[in-house]
Amino acid sequence: MTRQQRTLPGDDVPVVLAAQGTHGPVVYAISAEAVRRGVSVGARVVDVQAIHPDLHVENADAAGDVALLDRVALWARRWCPWTVRDGDNGILMDVTGAAHLFGGEAKMLRDIGTRFAMQGLAVRLALAPTRGAAQMLARFGGGGVICGPDDVEVAIAPLPVAALRINADTDRLLQRLGLKTLGKLMEVPRVALMRRFDRMAAEVNPLVLLDRALGRAGDPLNAPEEVAQWMARVRLPEPVIDPVPHLEGLAGDLCRQLAKAELGARRLRLTIYRVDGEWRSRDVALASASREVAHLIRLLAGKLEGIDPGFGFDLLTLEARSVEPLALHQDHLDGQRDAGRDVAALLDRLCAKLGPEKVTWSAWVQSHIPERVETRVPASAGVIEPPLDVMRARPLRLLDPPEEIVVLYAVPEGPPARFRWRRVSYLMTRFEGPERVAPEWWRDKPGTRLRDYYKVEVGGGRRFWLFREGILGDGRGSDPRWFLQGIYA
Amino acid sequence: MQSDSPLGQVVALSKKRLVQDVPKPDGGEALLRDVLSGTPFDAAVTGFVLACLPQSEAPILWASDRMSRRENGRLYGPALRAMGIKAPVLHVEVSNPRDVLWAMEEGAACAGLSAVVGEIHGAPEVLSFTATKRLALRSEASGVPLWLIRSGDPGALSAARERWRVSSLPSDMHPWNSAAPGQAVWEADLFRARGQAPGVWEVRYEPDAKRPEDRFRLLSRSGDGQVAQDDAPAADVAGR
Repeated sequence: MTRQQRTLPGDDVPVVLAAQGTHGPVVYAISAEAVRRGVSVGARVVDVQAIHPDLHVENADAAGDVALLDRVALWARRWCPWTVRDGDNGILMDVTGAAHLFGGEAKMLRDIGTRFAMQGLAVRLALAPTRGAAQMLARFGGGGVICGPDDVEVAIAPLPVAALRINADTDRLLQRLGLKTLGKLMEVPRVALMRRFDRMAAEVNPLVLLDRALGRAGDPLNAPEEVAQWMARVRLPEPVIDPVPHLEGLAGDLCRQLAKAELGARRLRLTIYRVDGEWRSRDVALASASREVAHLIRLLAGKLEGIDPGFGFDLLTLEARSVEPLALHQDHLDGQRDAGRDVAALLDRLCAKLGPEKVTWSAWVQSHIPERVETRVPASAGVIEPPLDVMRARPLRLLDPPEEIVVLYAVPEGPPARFRWRRVSYLMTRFEGPERVAPEWWRDKPGTRLRDYYKVEVGGGRRFWLFREGILGDGRGSDPRWFLQGIYA
Repeated sequence: MQSDSPLGQVVALSKKRLVQDVPKPDGGEALLRDVLSGTPFDAAVTGFVLACLPQSEAPILWASDRMSRRENGRLYGPALRAMGIKAPVLHVEVSNPRDVLWAMEEGAACAGLSAVVGEIHGAPEVLSFTATKRLALRSEASGVPLWLIRSGDPGALSAARERWRVSSLPSDMHPWNSAAPGQAVWEADLFRARGQAPGVWEVRYEPDAKRPEDRFRLLSRSGDGQVAQDDAPAADVAGR
């Protein structure tokens, strides 16, 4: 299956997807034109480019392909209830008892092909009584094969043994033995094959795989459970402009669904579908799982200001995109609410209005450089570190970055006796220090100077935290400069 | 009052208390309090507010606008423990005063917080008498104490129930090093209050003091030798 590229060049240009190999990028997937020109998967991209200068290279996104395939596999449940992704390039569908709904197997295959083509996806289809046979026929048997229950042996006989999904060593061994097609393999007496392959794991054992393909061994389909969708929707008879009056109904409906499953929403998306075919959505994240109608309405109402209704909309959906278990909860008997839940609700409101990066808790870093000790973590992440115990008195306010001061009257030892900061000159009356903080050589640039910190009291009583950057003659620049970094209470 | 003795004149002091001493402003009481900075770039205001906050493990909401962070620096977390703050601080660092006021109002409605502190620099238009009145009513309704730190304020109107002006004083003598600054001393001027007489005090805050009553000490700043005659507040030194 190939995904349609948005910026695809013309059909006469070979296109390859490149993935990182051990020695630079290698070809990961190729287009039809590249196949025609003889490009092979696994070749190095630079070599192919040398041979075909007009080659168009795109980066492969293997994880994205798998994610897409998972979604497509769920979408394919429109034809039958059991579907699963097959490896990283196929979908298996168990259509037992479903084909008649579409007017027979041939019509169903045609429908599947058409619907995938409408999505911009090219598919090769095969229908067979067993899973193994369908896998083989789809990949090696050409497109649109329908194989009846009695024709499996005939249908798969001309296919190469590699179609069994055996590993490369087994494939080479069978090729050397002259067993190039499955028909030849089936002709070999079973006892001989058993003797040779009985120690091999079932997933790569050619005999087991062949048995499964022929229906002699069971091979059930293990379909993943469908992801539950928590969604409430309102269809309106007439287009309207204002979504606010419908929020209560939507939130109430969603919360009832969540309450029934004992879940709480962590992320919500409100979408309006406009009459001109466009849609607009707003996302809300919650600090802790919640299914309180009033809380959700309050969060959403703050987000709706800039939403553009166009000429009106006639469908609204409210979807819980991420849910967490949330058991039923009882308030205190005296009517008081749980303080922790109150704070979580407050965090939600603050984050929703101001942005998650503006609402933070403190986190501590093992460092002696004052401005590096404290970092901020988003409050919605929910990790609260206890206050840091420091050995030395630290200023209550920290200027970030430190501000340079002008030394008016320097003394040989200790901080300047008179200095100017923010256009005001100060006379030092008392000081304490120095406290020397060495640069962190494992992190700082070479040439970073050490700092000597002084707590300085000026006339009138204010207490500042000064430092001198470097010492005279340390070989890391000219005369050391003085900075003011903090203000003590 | 006076009697003669061979050694000279003896002055008998009044039996009354030296001056009316004000108990620690009870940080747990749900009020809106304004704290103004007496001098620019002075962390005494921050220290005074932290000293008055209730001793609780519940988080403190600390909202500040960009100007106050730029003028006075940001609140430095590692210093909080030494100020006796055990509660985590939820920082809300926004750019304009309107968001600070909004965050304070939201915080005032949340009973899970132990206190809400807001910092606003200057006198922006949004910080009007009406806005402070809103905050004051919110706080009294919900029971969360609100503190508003206003630096660089020319003295605008405010509906705060207590208004303080705090500045640094020269610190006490250091016990071991005469050249070093010692225990911090602040001058706290309660210039407007409801149900309480205004006054000026010298404040010392020692969160590690052995006796609880020694932790926060307010000393009246009376003039030299001036003794109060009754429970009336002493005249302000500065004559305000």
